[in-house]
Amino acid sequence: MLDGKFLDRHAKVLFPLPAVLFTLALMVFPVLYTLWVSFTNWNLASGLPPRFVWFKSYATVFAEPRFWGAFVRTLYFTGIAVAAETVLGVVWALVLNREFVGKRTIKAMMLLPLVATPVAIGIAWTLFYEPTIGIANWALKLFGLQGSRWIADPDFVLPALAIIDVWQWTPLIALITLAGLAGLSQEPYESARVDGANGWQIFWHITLPMVAPAVLTAVLLRSIDALKTFDIIYSTTQGGPGFASETLNIYSYNLSFNYFRLGQAAASLVFLFALVLSFSALVARLRRRLGL
Amino acid sequence: MKKIAGKLVFALLVLFIVIPVAFPLIWILMSSFKTQVDITASPPRWLFEPTLQNYEKVFREQDFLKFFINSTIVGVSATLVSLALGLPAAWSIARFKQTKLNLLILVARIMPGIALLLPWFLIFSRLGLIDSYTALVMAHVILGLPLVVWIMSSFFEQVPLEIEESARVDGATRQRTFLSIILPISSPGVVTATTLSFLFSWNNFMFSQVLSMERTRTLPIAVYNFVSYAEIDWGAVMAAAVVIIAPAIVLTMFFQKYVIRGLTMGAVKG
Repeated sequence: MLDGKFLDRHAKVLFPLPAVLFTLALMVFPVLYTLWVSFTNWNLASGLPPRFVWFKSYATVFAEPRFWGAFVRTLYFTGIAVAAETVLGVVWALVLNREFVGKRTIKAMMLLPLVATPVAIGIAWTLFYEPTIGIANWALKLFGLQGSRWIADPDFVLPALAIIDVWQWTPLIALITLAGLAGLSQEPYESARVDGANGWQIFWHITLPMVAPAVLTAVLLRSIDALKTFDIIYSTTQGGPGFASETLNIYSYNLSFNYFRLGQAAASLVFLFALVLSFSALVARLRRRLGL
Repeated sequence: MKKIAGKLVFALLVLFIVIPVAFPLIWILMSSFKTQVDITASPPRWLFEPTLQNYEKVFREQDFLKFFINSTIVGVSATLVSLALGLPAAWSIARFKQTKLNLLILVARIMPGIALLLPWFLIFSRLGLIDSYTALVMAHVILGLPLVVWIMSSFFEQVPLEIEESARVDGATRQRTFLSIILPISSPGVVTATTLSFLFSWNNFMFSQVLSMERTRTLPIAVYNFVSYAEIDWGAVMAAAVVIIAPAIVLTMFFQKYVIRGLTMGAVKG
C-alpha cells in the first residue's frame, strides 16, 4: 500500500504531513495546553492539583504592577533598540551601497555579530560595562565624559542593554537594506539627474520610497525578535537591578521556572503571544494599506 | 584633489562602521589571553603577555569538551530532522501553493519560545525526557523547521515547472523527481537552510537552560554557568566565550554567501 505509487499520487498531502504532524505535536498542542493552564490556578510550589478558575489568573497578573512594569519596559526596550538599529542600518547601507575594494570583506564582517552566540555576547558586555575595569567607561573618559554604572544603574540598564542589541542587530538591517538597494532600477535616478535633482532630493524622493519595503521587512523581523529578547537580558542582569530590566519574557520565565506559578505564567505568556501576533498583523496590514 | 578627499571621507565612514562592529569581538579574543591581573587592570591594558591558562582552565577544570560534543550532537541532529521534515513540506508548499500550511509553520517563527517551553517542560517531565537528547533535539527542530520551510519554499518556487513535468512524462514519480532533480538544482538553498538552522541551534540558550541538566548540557549553558560564581574569573569566561563563538564564526565565514542570502531573503521576497 505504501509503495512508490501511493506516495506519488498523494504527494500533496504526504509530503508536508510529517512537518505538519510535528508542528501540531510540538507547537499547536503546547500552545493549547498553555491556554488551558492560563485558565487554572496551577501552582507547582503549592503542591495542589490545578483547578479551573476561568480568568482569575489573568486578573491576578493584570493586577500586578510588576507585570505592567515589564510590559512598559518591553515596549521601551524594543522601541529604542529597533529605532536606533533602523537609522544606523539604513545609513550604513547607504554608505556601503557602491563598488569598492574590500566590500565583500566588510559584508562578511557584518555577519559576525549576527551569528555570535547571544549569551556569550551578553556575558562579554558585562565585562565591558564593568564600572572600574570595563572598556566602556574607559572610552567615556577618553572623551572627557563621566563614567556610568551602565547595567548596574536602574535608570540606565535598559538603554545599556539596547546598545548590546543595537551592536548585534544593526548589521541585519544594513544587509537587508543593501540587498533591497541592489535590486533598485536605475531609471528613476537617471531621469532625476537629468532634471537636476540634488543628492538629498534623490535620496528622499527616490531611494527611500523604493527601498522602504525592504526596510519595513527588516524592522518587522527585528521588532518581533526584540519583543522576545531573552538571552542578552538574562545573561547580563536577569531582569535586575531590582526589576529595572525585567521585560515580559523575563517576567514570564521567572513566574514559570523560579516561582512555579504556572497559571499566572501562562496568562502572561498568552498576553505576550497576543502582543507579538497583533504587532505582526498590524505591520502586515499597514504594508498593504501603503501599497508596499 | 577633490576626488582624493572624497575617497578619504568614504574610508573614514567605512571605519566608523567597521570599528564598532569588530571591536567587541577583538576585545573578547584579547581578554581570553589575559591573566586575571591584566584583565582587572584599570585603565584596560592594550599590551600584555598572552597566556593560554584560561583555555586550559576551560577544558581541564570544566568539561567543555563534553559540552562542545553535546552542542554538536544536538545541532547536527536538529538540523537533519528539520531538513527531513522541512524539505518535502517546503516543496509541497511551493508547488501546490499551500499558503495556509506556510502560515502555520511561520507562526513558529513568531511564537515566543517560552510560550512553548512551559508546556514542554511539563510534558517532558511527565515523560521522563528532561535531560534527554530527544527532548532537546525536538525543541531545537522548532527553531530549524520554520527556517528550512521559509528559505526552501522560495528556492523551490524558482524551479521551472517544465523540468518537473518532463521528468514525469518520462515516468518518474514525484518523490524520484524531488530527490534526483529538484533537490540538486536547489542545493544553494539547502546549504543556506542547513547552515542557518545549525547556527540557530548552536546559539540557543533558553530551551537548553530548562530542558537540559548535567548529562546533555550544551555550551551556552556552560558559558552562562561560569558567571554564576561569586568571584568571576573573567579570563576563563572570555575563553569560554571564544570557544562557543569561534565555531559559529568559522562556519559563517565558510558559507558567508549563503548566510547573507538566507538572512536577507525577506527583503527580496517581501
